[in-house]
Amino acid sequence: MKAMVAVKRVIDYNVKIRVRSDGSGVETAGVKMSMNPFDEIALEEAVRLKEAGTVSEVIAVSMGASACQETLRTALAVGADRAILVETDADLQPLAVSRMLSVLAKREEVSLLFLGKQAIDDDANQTGQMAAGFLGWPQGTFLSSLKVDGTHLVVEREVDGGLESLRLAIPAVLTADLRLNEPRYASLPNIMKAKKKPLETVTPADLGVDPAPRLKVLSLAEPPARAGGIRVPDVATLVAKLHSEAKVI
Amino acid sequence: MALDLETRTALVDTVLRLVNETLIPAEDRVAREDAIPREIADIMREMGLFGLSIPEEYGGMGLSMEDECHVMMALGRASPVFRSLIGTNVGIGSQAILIDGTEEQKQRFLPGLASGEIVGSFALTEPGVGSDAASVRTTARREGDVYILNGTKRYITNAPTAGLFTVMARTDPTNPRAGGVSAFLVERNTPGLSIGKPERKMGQQGAHVADVIFEDCPVPAENIIGLQEGVGYRTAMKVLDRGRLAISASCTGFAERILDESAAYANERIQFGKPIGEFQLVQAMIADSYTDAYTARCMVLDTARARDAGEDISTRAAACKLFCSEMVGRVADRNVQIHGGAGYIADYAAERHYRDVRIYRLYEGTSEIQRVKIGRDVLGGAVR
Repeated sequence: MKAMVAVKRVIDYNVKIRVRSDGSGVETAGVKMSMNPFDEIALEEAVRLKEAGTVSEVIAVSMGASACQETLRTALAVGADRAILVETDADLQPLAVSRMLSVLAKREEVSLLFLGKQAIDDDANQTGQMAAGFLGWPQGTFLSSLKVDGTHLVVEREVDGGLESLRLAIPAVLTADLRLNEPRYASLPNIMKAKKKPLETVTPADLGVDPAPRLKVLSLAEPPARAGGIRVPDVATLVAKLHSEAKVI
Repeated sequence: MALDLETRTALVDTVLRLVNETLIPAEDRVAREDAIPREIADIMREMGLFGLSIPEEYGGMGLSMEDECHVMMALGRASPVFRSLIGTNVGIGSQAILIDGTEEQKQRFLPGLASGEIVGSFALTEPGVGSDAASVRTTARREGDVYILNGTKRYITNAPTAGLFTVMARTDPTNPRAGGVSAFLVERNTPGLSIGKPERKMGQQGAHVADVIFEDCPVPAENIIGLQEGVGYRTAMKVLDRGRLAISASCTGFAERILDESAAYANERIQFGKPIGEFQLVQAMIADSYTDAYTARCMVLDTARARDAGEDISTRAAACKLFCSEMVGRVADRNVQIHGGAGYIADYAAERHYRDVRIYRLYEGTSEIQRVKIGRDVLGGAVR
């Protein structure tokens, strides 16, 4: 069976992000970008399934500007066999992305669709779930373990109360949480070879999807700067201030 | 073959990630335990770092010198201990075979060195042979199909783990100078070869040097590099030329890392009511370190490109080694100064960096030897 992994190009997690001065979005010009860390975990899981002989082919998919090719090359260096870029300058939102992923998953006849549980830029945590909806497939989200059991998957997912175990019929949509695995570093020779692996470019129109955003961001602001603290002379003043000024007791 | 920019950037970014997420966080532990944890060595092996310089047909990556320098600058940001782990396979432990070895010798030894399965080591220095490298006293006496080696090599990097040694030994006892020296490939399991106790050193705990002792050690005649007697010293000098550039790149990467730490501390440490970085005397130290590191980067890359273009870089490589090793010493020293009293305390990395970089001015040719070489080359008209 084949696996598809969605890899999103996001601002590198080490970068301190800044909101554009006009509040229209987050500054991305000249900022280091890399693969969404949760997608790295999803990719690692798919590659391990391939190494174990369970999966025959791993296809990496990314969507957005042509620079997403870099993210796909990284996926190819880690172990994906080929890559598909859905190239568009549109402001992509989870609905359009999940619709395009579902079209690609059907076109490529994959049995497993992997994603990170969310992307660290907008933290929407919707794409995997909506893709499962479009495909009509079962979904295993926030996975911390995954085992293939014949025609089914046995997964553990992290929920508020602890771990939930599910048995899912294949095909299925799977989203990775932090503890699913520890992604490897791409080997340097494989980074050099990644250039030679196939990378196909398609457009949203090719997939029959209108990527136009359905949601509008009204404004974006930096978190307020933390105001300095004050010193109080005694506990009585502290309690009084917590009551009358902070209004927390 | 030179890489395209995108691929090279991906290589460097991956190495930087290894440095920032795995190597730098492990530095304290490595220094305390005087050992690189096995899992980290395995990661470095799996990433292919041991094979940077070895051509693809022998299982390596065959990076150009410029690309190798970019990778070494990135890796060099971490403690020099990590560079040292792969340094002999990438540099002095493999290059003699690559530069002057026969095709059969390359086929036999390079793939293992490229994968990191065997560690290569370079044995030139002896108790009585340091800067006067041509005066090698270890002897190799031909007896039928073998040479019998006798002697002691000193301060040999990675000797405790090495599987293959490039050994300089005197095959012609009537010629006491360079022309009497030959280079041998000696495998660790050769009878009569033993390794001394690892030395206790000033810095770079986790990287090991030890004596290599030969007592009537029979080495097959087919293991003489290039199957040629009397050219071992020339081979050694060619190996060192190239090694000097890799060391220079490592010094540069480490200086850039130390500079970042200097700047971070200067921005954060408050005295007289403001960050010490707002005082011009501290700014001057930062500016000098930046200028030092930038100068080093420029000269290393310029020399690397010249080597890739086929030019003789022998003098320039010596100039790079001289400048970069002295430069990283200055940068580490200013970093201690910026840290004030904290810079003298072992809990801060500044103290460790200061000790770790001291060796760069000593090995693979002291600063004095580099100066002598450069001076001689310039005066002799070898450079314009």
